[in-house]
Amino acid sequence: MSNVPADLKYTEEHEWVRAEADGTVTVGITDHAQETLGDIVFLVLPAVGKSFTVGDAVGVVESVKAASDIYAPVSGEIVAVNEALVDTPDAVNQDAYASWLFKVKLGTGAALDTLLDADGYQKLVG
Amino acid sequence: MTELKHTPLNAVHRALNARMVDFGGWDMPVNYGSQIDEHHAVRSDAGMFDVSHMCVVDFTGARARAFFEYALANNVGKLRTPGRALYSCMLNERGGVIDDLIVYFFSDECFRVVVNAGTAEKDIAWFNHLNAERGFGVTITPRRDFAIVAVQGPNARAKVWHVLPSARSATEPLKPFNAARVSDAAFGDLTIARTGYTGEDGFEIIVPAQHVAALWQALQAAGVRPCGLGARDTLRLEAGMNLYGQDMDEDVSPLDAGLAWTVDLTAPREFVGRAALEQNGTRSDFVGLILQKEDGKAGGVLRAHQTVVTPHGEGEITSGTFSPSMQESIAFARVPKGVTPGDLVQVQIRGKALPASVVKLPFVRNGKVLAA
Repeated sequence: MSNVPADLKYTEEHEWVRAEADGTVTVGITDHAQETLGDIVFLVLPAVGKSFTVGDAVGVVESVKAASDIYAPVSGEIVAVNEALVDTPDAVNQDAYASWLFKVKLGTGAALDTLLDADGYQKLVG
Repeated sequence: MTELKHTPLNAVHRALNARMVDFGGWDMPVNYGSQIDEHHAVRSDAGMFDVSHMCVVDFTGARARAFFEYALANNVGKLRTPGRALYSCMLNERGGVIDDLIVYFFSDECFRVVVNAGTAEKDIAWFNHLNAERGFGVTITPRRDFAIVAVQGPNARAKVWHVLPSARSATEPLKPFNAARVSDAAFGDLTIARTGYTGEDGFEIIVPAQHVAALWQALQAAGVRPCGLGARDTLRLEAGMNLYGQDMDEDVSPLDAGLAWTVDLTAPREFVGRAALEQNGTRSDFVGLILQKEDGKAGGVLRAHQTVVTPHGEGEITSGTFSPSMQESIAFARVPKGVTPGDLVQVQIRGKALPASVVKLPFVRNGKVLAA
């Protein structure tokens, strides 16, 4: 049974999203995702300054057995990337919610209300 | 929806919180928490795998030896000492691989084979077909009353003896690729073979299904770590061991899959597929690859079906992974002839050409990294 913190939002692609006070959002992958993937050995993170539309593939998380795309949960510009994580990708397995991948400044008109809340994500992963 | 098949250890795996997957129609543990930790446990200590999904098949009859001389690409003529085992491919008429298997010799009238889980039905049908076609008159008996536990690692044999002290005198003198049959008061009639699929020392134990759960618990209490299919794959890849269905299949000759060493053409022995092998010869090389780092960073993970670009033309990765023991991404690849260890090639990953160096297999053996 994976961990689904109540204060976060989620996507169907198993990412978590946290709205920050400064109007940016922080993004990572969920406990369910890291459990399904297994030991993570490689991360490709997006470049700071690049803009994406919601649903774009922005990076990759690879475990020993599979490669999985990471998608933009909202439209906007990448303002920070967790570079340190690239050297220790297994930190994501240890604590998926402490291992943020990147931060996004929301584009004009972009919204968080299309994301799942904790209950909605819990139903998705069972 | 067809139900997944269960080994006799299914409840045990679930009680250990294993992550279960559908492996060729079987409900199997892929890991019990971390496949990388399990991998390291096998290389440094002792781990165990439930391989009861594989199938034991017994062969008895006056012409059992002759049957295998015809059915297998490797030569059972090499098996003269009771308990001696042989790794071989079984070919079709086109020289393609139907399965790879291990055959154990107990007497001229009594052989035992272990075949892969996903191919067991096909193999048994093929055995019966050859038996009828050539009139060998062998009795062929699939033994689904058996389970199999593979205990592997530098401390594996010692821990097995701790659990099976009665088996020690018969199994301690065993050389690699030899087996002994012992009767244990607690666990029944066992076949203990010094074989494995990890590149480490150890025993594979064929045990009556009704005793396997108790054997597993006893081994775990003795400090053997449960390991799943995830670790099994990284271990066998490091050890340079092929996986049927990926590295070779019915359309691939053993000569093109790095298995020429398992094909015996030295004696004038008729075996299924021989004519095709002699006609086609070796058409591809089968090599190891290590992904090279750029600026100290790897650009990805090598995986099956990625295209390999070499100075002699294009090839393809057949199996790839991230090696926990080497901390590099490694792979097997089928490439055009002429590619040599030491060459630098390129692998296409997500639209980029990443550099990889060609090495001789295996990458790792007995805990030591050989390839660099």
